[in-house]
Amino acid sequence: MKIDKKPTVHELKVIANDLRKKVVTMIYEARSGHPGGSLSAADYVAAVYFREMIIDPENPKWEDRDRFVLSKGHVCPVQYAALAKRGFFDEKLLHTLRQEGSFLQGHPNMECPGIDIPTGSLGQGLACAVGMAIAGKRDEKKYRVFVVLGDGECQEGEIWEAAQTANKYELDNLIVFVDNNHLQIDGTTDEIMPNLDLGKKFEAFGFEVYNIDGHNMEQIVRTLDTVRLRRKSCRPKCIVGQTIKGRGVLFMENIGGWHGVAPKQDEFEEAMQELEEMEQILKMEVNDR
Amino acid sequence: MSEMIATRDGFGDEILELGRENKNIYVIDVDLGKSCKTQTFLKELPKQHINVGIAEQNAAGIAAGLATCGKIPFVATFAIFESLRMLEMIRQEVCYPNLNVNFIGSHGGFTSASDGASHQSIEDMGVLRCLPNMTIIMPSDYWGTRRLVRAAADLNGPVFIRLTREKVDVIYDENTRFEIGKSIQLREGSDAAIIANGDTVRLALKAADELTKQGFSVRLIDMHTVKPLDIDAVVKSVDDIGKIVTVEDHTIINGLGSAVCEVVAEMGRGKVKRIGVPDKFGESATYERLLEKSGITVENICEQVKRLNVK
Repeated sequence: MKIDKKPTVHELKVIANDLRKKVVTMIYEARSGHPGGSLSAADYVAAVYFREMIIDPENPKWEDRDRFVLSKGHVCPVQYAALAKRGFFDEKLLHTLRQEGSFLQGHPNMECPGIDIPTGSLGQGLACAVGMAIAGKRDEKKYRVFVVLGDGECQEGEIWEAAQTANKYELDNLIVFVDNNHLQIDGTTDEIMPNLDLGKKFEAFGFEVYNIDGHNMEQIVRTLDTVRLRRKSCRPKCIVGQTIKGRGVLFMENIGGWHGVAPKQDEFEEAMQELEEMEQILKMEVNDR
Repeated sequence: MSEMIATRDGFGDEILELGRENKNIYVIDVDLGKSCKTQTFLKELPKQHINVGIAEQNAAGIAAGLATCGKIPFVATFAIFESLRMLEMIRQEVCYPNLNVNFIGSHGGFTSASDGASHQSIEDMGVLRCLPNMTIIMPSDYWGTRRLVRAAADLNGPVFIRLTREKVDVIYDENTRFEIGKSIQLREGSDAAIIANGDTVRLALKAADELTKQGFSVRLIDMHTVKPLDIDAVVKSVDDIGKIVTVEDHTIINGLGSAVCEVVAEMGRGKVKRIGVPDKFGESATYERLLEKSGITVENICEQVKRLNVK
């Protein structure tokens, strides 16, 4: 998708819904994958890929491009969907998720156009992003580095090693989003390992912190606008988005069991029906105006 | 007496030259810069230097991120922490995407002698040898280190270079040519081939001279690259001589000796005796004493060569 002007909040909502449809379809067809976290991150991913990042689908390795690091690599279907929709590769390839010979691996690697670093082993993405951000600052490049973290993976120590490095090197070109959906494989984050207040934690590590509703597109866009204006603040940014795992597909919402399970046929049909209804509602919203 | 310099000093000198020539050469220290000889680099080229503090895991990730932006990072710390604490990050973020990140592991083998087993890095090469795309090097002297550090910067992929703490004899000179994956033959003989690397090459040289006095002649190979192994040199030693003694300051599991044995076993002929650290931890003691307790000595090398020659 060619972007001539910045999409509106409403247009971003439509895009996010389309990413959700693609996610559900890809995972259903692959018969494996991680729908829950893909759906909870979809709104932020839509806003970043379609409104915020300066990237060139024709030249995915362009050295001045903004970088995107999906530290919670298991939710790559939502990133693949965004990359395909932005024109990094043919949308038809989304049907090859997790298939032998496809560059849409179960967890992202750099064979896929638009993937800046392989992820999948949790807790490792932020450090890589810090490396990219240091290079950008030292070379006086304008690019920024966007990272998406899961709240569960914030239990990994390496996240905090990287966070303290981001503070030391004043990485104001680093924007971390925490997809705070409160669920991990074995239960809620509070049951398994309480994260306490992630916003306060990042603040203590020197970040500018923005607590938002991670499904409220107005808030997401406004926050990204603020963050963009504070590019030269000498501080890394952290947006903690309160999200719902499985968001957009009612029977998946807030159910830990949908972390890494593909929908069966009837479930797929139900999910798609719901997302298509949302698409209609969003269209009507436009007509009302 | 020849001159003696630690291999880690070879790194310190070469990285400074590399950094002056190319602004994309980066050093990442992990609060062991003084031990790893990066202080001159830091002083002269601060914009190409990062110190992440005592936080190994993110050092590897940061190096990977830098490499995707065209930098050529050298992560420098003790071999034990580099190979084990960073292991998974090295696998996932450096080897998998095959990035040009170089890992300088100082104080390899028993050279952290008095620090005890916690700091003695006897498993590093064995663990890293399993990782696809990884190149593993252990230079035997100052010039070998300098040339191979430079070669690692030029090689587009991950390299682990194992260095040591103690001063060792300078074996080569400025003009010696080094190529990653190509061993150097230091002596020619017909009774056995001794294949050594790193600090043990100096022991093997003394053993070779001693054996000559006793009427034996040995081929001596400095196998500075453990992976990819110089298979041709091993095959030729089996074909020409048929008897090999390997020497390394590393556990005998999955190090140089194992790599040589893999080649020999698949040839279906030839005999190998491995000298190295038996499958156990070290302790606080002098470096020489620790080597002695594992049989990594001039005497034992001579003994094993002679045993292979008992009819």
